[in-house]
Amino acid sequence: MPPRNPERIRAQKPRIGVFVCHCGHNIAGVVDVKRVAEQLSKYPGVVYATDYEYMCSDPGQELLKKAIREHRLNGVVVAACSPSMHEATFRRAAGEVDLNPYLVECANIREHCSWVHDPGEAATQKAITITRTMVEKVKGNMPLEPVEVSHKEKCLVVGGGIAGIQAALDVAEAGYEVILVEKSPTIGGHMAQLSETFPTLDCSQCILTPKMVEVERHPKIRLLVNSEVEEISGFIGNYRVRIRKKPSYVDPDLCNLCGECEKVCPVRVPNEFDRGLSERGAIYIPFPQAVPSTYTLDEETCLGIKPLICGKCAEVCEPGAIDFDMSEEIIEEEVGAVILATGYDLYETKALPEYSPDDPDVIDPLQFERLLSATGPTRGEIRRPSDGKVPKTVVFIKCAGSRDPELHKPYCSAICCMYTAKHALLYKHAVPDGRAIVFYIDIRAPGKGYEEFIHRVMEEDRVLYIRGKVAKVFREGDKLIVWGVDTLSGQRVEVEADLVVLAMAVVPPKGVEDLARTLRLSCLDENGFLKEAHPKLRPLETLAGGIFIAGAAQGPKDIPQAVTQGSGAAAKAIALLSAPTLTHSPEVAEVDEELCSGCRVCAPLCPYGAITVEETAQVNELLCEGCGTCVAACPSGALSLRNLEDSQVESMVEAALAELSPAREAVEVKGG
Amino acid sequence: MADGNGHEPRIVAFLCRWCSYAGADLAGTSRIKYPPNIIPIRVPCSGRVDPAWVMEAFARGADGVFIGGCHPGDCHYVSGNYKARRRVTLLRKLLPQLGIDPRRLRLEWISATEGKRFAEVVTEFVEELKELGPMRAEEAAQDVR
Repeated sequence: MPPRNPERIRAQKPRIGVFVCHCGHNIAGVVDVKRVAEQLSKYPGVVYATDYEYMCSDPGQELLKKAIREHRLNGVVVAACSPSMHEATFRRAAGEVDLNPYLVECANIREHCSWVHDPGEAATQKAITITRTMVEKVKGNMPLEPVEVSHKEKCLVVGGGIAGIQAALDVAEAGYEVILVEKSPTIGGHMAQLSETFPTLDCSQCILTPKMVEVERHPKIRLLVNSEVEEISGFIGNYRVRIRKKPSYVDPDLCNLCGECEKVCPVRVPNEFDRGLSERGAIYIPFPQAVPSTYTLDEETCLGIKPLICGKCAEVCEPGAIDFDMSEEIIEEEVGAVILATGYDLYETKALPEYSPDDPDVIDPLQFERLLSATGPTRGEIRRPSDGKVPKTVVFIKCAGSRDPELHKPYCSAICCMYTAKHALLYKHAVPDGRAIVFYIDIRAPGKGYEEFIHRVMEEDRVLYIRGKVAKVFREGDKLIVWGVDTLSGQRVEVEADLVVLAMAVVPPKGVEDLARTLRLSCLDENGFLKEAHPKLRPLETLAGGIFIAGAAQGPKDIPQAVTQGSGAAAKAIALLSAPTLTHSPEVAEVDEELCSGCRVCAPLCPYGAITVEETAQVNELLCEGCGTCVAACPSGALSLRNLEDSQVESMVEAALAELSPAREAVEVKGG
Repeated sequence: MADGNGHEPRIVAFLCRWCSYAGADLAGTSRIKYPPNIIPIRVPCSGRVDPAWVMEAFARGADGVFIGGCHPGDCHYVSGNYKARRRVTLLRKLLPQLGIDPRRLRLEWISATEGKRFAEVVTEFVEELKELGPMRAEEAAQDVR
């Protein structure tokens, strides 16, 4: 097939350099790197080929730069690791000696070859072939300049838990506007539900609420509660956001928190903040220090607003804060960066039927936090839900749903060892003559002061730790019978308990898939948490530029880790927002107007609305993200994708399938 | 090569950079072995894959062509993978008319976290192509052209 745009093929004769990296033993231990270089040196268009121990090292980059100068290279292929690792490194190095960075490509002979194949001829042959395909690509590459784009100096933070609060405050303190979106009526997240925090036993609300108030008062933060992000489109520095804000039917500026409305409300439903251990009206405030500080009318549980059925709350509201005419708002904003701090949920106890989850005295850890909390349903007295008696024996079951790849979640939920120790300690302080028994698999306490805390709980507070799993929990009269095994003594254990706390696995919150989808974060990880760009080195970034993650959205985390990530993601966002301009990849679609017939097949295929068609198609290079879907559909060959033209791919396919001597023969002789 | 015994199939793989290429990277990072019969070509999106490339690969003697994209709903470019799916459906109808077994063209959704799956799918494809035996490349080339 002839090249579709022959005039665009580079006029210059190719002078390509090939650099084969050993990556120490990583590549050289499997692939004969000398032979790869030697074979490539004979390949058409290649004027220089060599191998080197570590191409990414400073001397490696110097070698590259020196060769570009000395051999007047007009294209480079570095046969090394995945382009996601060092493409930027080598492109920058080439740019330093005035070779256009877009004329540099990486041939992935590590992740796609040496790391997945056994040492020998076949791996070497594959490395040669992969490198040849990339030489073919470089032959067709054009020098390009990145497109400069302006950006919005505003940041969206999704989620008002401690990670989101920290991120919002840090970005706002740096002087940038922040929109903080929270789906519930208050910020604070799970941290607001906790009684004390490990290992210092700080009162959770006492350390959290000042930050919540700071958010409310900060002139740079626009707080949107009862709100969800519905759609995000655009690209780094220029995201358009659509937020759906449910009406609260209460004007927060007028509400004086007298609470008369809730007293007359005829509705009683389980209070989510107390995890169902108390009831609330349809009009309610989640907890006294809620931010924004206002009652909220929950339209889903109200007897009826449109049309109005009851209206008693408005009758007693002295300041006249209740407004039944409020309606849903759609808020559209443009932001430069997005921080996702969507937090976690607990795995539902009903997933563990062997532990009698429907029994009122079998509870989850957040319910126990509410029992411990001074603002909780029992005002901090530990009373069991079924009959309000003080439980004299409490059994804590760790790893409930965690570390169980066959039936439940394969991962460790990271926080349960510590909060269970805290639960047992706080229980013993509240009920000194009670017994606290913890069933555990291992104890994991790697934070600062954590190990010491565990010892304090075991030794000073005399909490009984039994190593082993619990097989069954069932009711017998007034008691819950817990059957377990002590794996250290090998004996069966039976405990008559008054209350059982299941340390349920930490799971991603509901709705996170939809959010990930609208953000086109192509991946959640295998457990449904948001996936970071690199697990070690880019833990706060996603693969989508300008979209960052913080806190338990990425995986189970305790408070210090969530705060650290909130600040870290904020630093990333600030770096982006403070850049004078951003650059957009020039590797986008373009139209050959002479070939375009104006048929309009392309325009509806574009997910970004980047193509408009008058006489001929036009591509907006700022909106085009370079997917190439339009190019593959263009019937007249008028559209092309810069540096991945059809002619380039055809040459790459040819190189991928070219008979290799003596490789093919070697393989065939061996096989046949 | 004639009788198919010990035949090592040759596969050209078009992998989208966001999911399948990254999944193949993860197979590497996790050191999950698979047969070396596959030559990957990185494309931005499975929607970029022009059916003509697939035909070109068969004409040049590929025993199999592999297209890897993001899972439905997860396309980095919103919907390119659906476009790829439509094109592959049509191609699969066309291939038998040219005497090419449609099993030689494979479209798979592999995410960036599915390194193990990438290795499994490639291994399975190589096995399948071994069973199908070598493509009679010259005939195919004539038919395609």
